[in-house]
Amino acid sequence: MSKPDIHEVTLTVNGKPYSEAVESRWSLADFLRHKLGLTGTHLGCEHGVCGACTVLLDGHSVRGCLTLAVQADGKSVETVEGLAPSSTELNTLQQAFWDNHGLQCGFCTPGILMTLTEFLQDNPDPSDAEVREALSGNICRCTGYQGIVDAALEAAANLRNASGQ
Amino acid sequence: MKPAPFKYHRVTTLEEATGLLVTLENARLLAGGQSLMPMMNMRYVMVDHLIDLNEIPDMSGIQVDGNCVHIGAMTRQRDIFASETLADKAPIFAEALREVGHIQTRNRGTIGGSLSHLDPAAELPGMAALHDATITITKLGSSRHVSMQEFALGYMTPCTEPDEILTKISFDFWPEGHGYDFREFAQRHGDFAIVGVGTLMTLDASKRIDRIACVLIGIDYHPIRLADIEADLLGQTPSEDLFRAAGEKTRERDMMEDALVPESYRKQLSSVLLRRSLTSAAQRAAGEKNV
Repeated sequence: MSKPDIHEVTLTVNGKPYSEAVESRWSLADFLRHKLGLTGTHLGCEHGVCGACTVLLDGHSVRGCLTLAVQADGKSVETVEGLAPSSTELNTLQQAFWDNHGLQCGFCTPGILMTLTEFLQDNPDPSDAEVREALSGNICRCTGYQGIVDAALEAAANLRNASGQ
Repeated sequence: MKPAPFKYHRVTTLEEATGLLVTLENARLLAGGQSLMPMMNMRYVMVDHLIDLNEIPDMSGIQVDGNCVHIGAMTRQRDIFASETLADKAPIFAEALREVGHIQTRNRGTIGGSLSHLDPAAELPGMAALHDATITITKLGSSRHVSMQEFALGYMTPCTEPDEILTKISFDFWPEGHGYDFREFAQRHGDFAIVGVGTLMTLDASKRIDRIACVLIGIDYHPIRLADIEADLLGQTPSEDLFRAAGEKTRERDMMEDALVPESYRKQLSSVLLRRSLTSAAQRAAGEKNV
């Protein structure tokens, strides 16, 4: 076996700069969890189907298991750890999940929150059907989705009110 | 689940990439990674070298040149979906892209990656076949152009040689106001289609079909243009009976069979989906609101 292919990766995660050496075959999700200790990003299927590992890369939601850590060099990443304004408060989307039973076991929740963070920026006033279509790339095995859809619609309304629309 | 070890090459120009392909053994190109990365994670694919095309700015973008459009191979599905140019001139793209994976996979997935992967059920190769697209393939020092028929050699096998890169997809726009329709049947939204169909149509002053293109995906190893059915429909006046007969004619064709889906079911879907697609495209071509 030849020696591992190591690259220095410099990026910002939730606004904070990091620089770490990583082997090229590491996924971005494994890098976040094992190098940076940001274990909020979960890995389910590791082949791009379940959506649990969804993070934002330069503002767009991506599969953390299908993006290599080396590809994030020079880029900005946002994870579930970056959502809450403080350790004692939830953001509007997270609070809506809390209020609407949008999670049960919580394993899929970080990925769903990141998907909806981008979706609600692109579409601040979605219909029920649009929310369900947006959620099609995230699998939840507990809730039956109804609570998640309710949470997304309530969060959208609260975000619109907060921005005076 | 991790890919087997490989050496990663980040390149910023096409020349760097084509140069590396000449010198490296067992190298693969990484486009959006939405098909290759799962295959590497599951070790269906083990490469010695991975050449990342994502940082080559010249390889993405949608450029209009008169009535022709050139789509760079690294243009992301998200950007094709959201393109105002395509929404105006080739609205079937957005209708098809809506069915391609999910938000997260469209954010990374590219048109060149989709064509090169050449999944039998993939929508974008179907769009290329429907538009009689020309595919540009580049290697160090030269380029060549192929049609979709020449491009698809076999099951998930494009005609690109190990030292070549698919760089561009080009096609002519259909006339303004043309009828179009894309639809498919999948077990859930964003899943691989069992069968999908795309239709483009124009009508003459007496409301007869004067130009038509139909494609089926998911029935064979590559998208199938229905040349015989197109010929039957040319010059005809749209009607329920005409489109029903066109749908039924798809059953004469041999179709794929797999562990979950028998050939008879693909034939049933093809018949129904083509009839509905022709009906919708004809309504749009006549300027009627789609129903």
